[in-house]
Amino acid sequence: MTISIQSVAKSFGRFPALNGVSLEIADGELLALLGPSGSGKTTLLRAIAGLEFPEAGQILFDGQDMTQVSAAARRVGFVFQQYALFRHMTVARNIAFGLEVRKGAGKPSKAVIQDRVEHLLKLVELEGLGGRYPSQLSGGQRQRVALARALAVDPSVLLLDEPFGALDATVRKSLRKELRRIHDATGVTTIFVTHDQEEALELADRVAILNLGVIQQVGTPAEVHDAPANAFVCGFVGEANRIEGEVQAGRFSAGDIVVPAPGVANGAATAFIRPHELTRAKTGAGGLRLTAERITPQGPVLHVEARTADGRRLEAAFARAGGLGFGVGDQVEVAVERAHVFGA
Amino acid sequence: MTSIAERPPAGVRRPLFRRRSAIPGFGLTLGVTLAILSTVVLIPLFAVALKAGQQSPAEFLADAFSQRAMAAYRLSFGAAFIAAAINALFGLVTAWALVRYEFPFKGLVNAIIDLPFALPTAVAGIALASLYAENGWVGALVKPLGWKVAYTPLGVVVALAFIGLPFVVRTVEPVLRDLSADVEEAAASLGANRLQTLVRVILPALAPAWLTGFALAFARGIGEYGSVIFIAGNMPYKSEIAPLLIIIELEEYKYAGAAAIAVTMLGASFLMLFVINLIQAWARRRA
Repeated sequence: MTISIQSVAKSFGRFPALNGVSLEIADGELLALLGPSGSGKTTLLRAIAGLEFPEAGQILFDGQDMTQVSAAARRVGFVFQQYALFRHMTVARNIAFGLEVRKGAGKPSKAVIQDRVEHLLKLVELEGLGGRYPSQLSGGQRQRVALARALAVDPSVLLLDEPFGALDATVRKSLRKELRRIHDATGVTTIFVTHDQEEALELADRVAILNLGVIQQVGTPAEVHDAPANAFVCGFVGEANRIEGEVQAGRFSAGDIVVPAPGVANGAATAFIRPHELTRAKTGAGGLRLTAERITPQGPVLHVEARTADGRRLEAAFARAGGLGFGVGDQVEVAVERAHVFGA
Repeated sequence: MTSIAERPPAGVRRPLFRRRSAIPGFGLTLGVTLAILSTVVLIPLFAVALKAGQQSPAEFLADAFSQRAMAAYRLSFGAAFIAAAINALFGLVTAWALVRYEFPFKGLVNAIIDLPFALPTAVAGIALASLYAENGWVGALVKPLGWKVAYTPLGVVVALAFIGLPFVVRTVEPVLRDLSADVEEAAASLGANRLQTLVRVILPALAPAWLTGFALAFARGIGEYGSVIFIAGNMPYKSEIAPLLIIIELEEYKYAGAAAIAVTMLGASFLMLFVINLIQAWARRRA
């Protein structure tokens, strides 16, 4: 199902949570709403679910206006950060809830409900745990139950509010892969909220980045990472050295650091240089001279914290293969391969 | 010296109830608990049982299960049960209103709910009796319907309902407050309407606390004396409660007879509270 959000605005008291947000979500897409806390991402998700009602704008499901339709009538699956399972019901009854509350002809028979529960338990890999109570499950298992419960009603869209926020790092990683697998298996349009950029970039087809109730950029993970639309996105997505300086005639300079800045107006500006965009330069080739202060291995790269001659801190990442050939306290010359420069 | 020698080495000592624990004060708190429980509750109750035991079994049965005593038990337990049920219903609604909504004079309403705790029960009894008497404000209103409240078993229920109201409100309130909005939103997003959410999600979550409130109100009702005697009319076989029967026996110097009725009430009350506790433990295990 396609979802169209058109200039939606919502405020809590005098605090504006959403400032005219517009967003198109394609059928079967897995979209991440990424932003810092207070950016309005959860409010937007709740507005799509019908748990909040916007003051202005429209929300369309397949072209149909749903702005004022109640949550119960929207047929959305919602997964909460704190699971929100019904503690007095078994796992199976939790999953069956959405089907059991249906009335009249829409209510499936007992056997159908049981089949559906079994199918979903299998899908979220909790076979045989249908008789347990939520208190007997681990955090990761509870969130799987919540996911199965949301999917039971065959939702037109699956909405997840920081679904992995309360879980530890290992469980979070494996559940992330699960969600992608389940999404691909069911094909349901899915929107999830996160403040974890790694999660958003790894999991989503497209990422919508919010700040201060406004969408900053919508794009594929590669687009938002490699071609950030503005300084906020550049600083928020991916690691970057943030350098304040000045642009004169298409060149950004801040002390020793000089990078091209085509098309940026003269005046104060901010440059972002990703650690992997600093590369080793031959000594004497006119590179940027750095003094290494700390070297830590991070997977396939060595992370180097260093300082320029005029005392600016820079972080670089060099391939581990073959060794660095320098240590802490040594000087090294680097070239800036690429920088994103945004005028103030 | 021998006492020191007889003491086992420090590492070997394994007292019956005690495990090594990071939470200090086990010995002190358990000691105080047992001391209080003994002096305030167990020893007096034991004395009652002892008094009742001075009779022969036949005398005991005759006193404890006389027709008049049976009628009194029925009224005491029956009225307490009905009053507790009424309180369970209205207490839940009251707690709901206090937790879920903001309204003017909420603080005042909150304080009024506790009033039955503080008011001398005799004052409550006299006030209720004059209100519900045939010429009282409320009594006059219901008289055309053919209802008589004061000086009938109905009056007993009214008095006990008054006495027991705070119990249900105060036990349900904190649990309702802690119930997260998430759960209700989850139910709504799964397509449940308000009634289904209430019946299938909220009430089961409240059930253990609700039952506790009911049990407290019920227990209070069984033992209540002060307010009831003013409104009950105290007619033997009709509107005479068991605690009053005990007083009557005492006034006639039939101490053993009074003790026999007391022990019977005690046994029945204990049994009921025990069963309610079991149900509660069962409900709590699942929550």
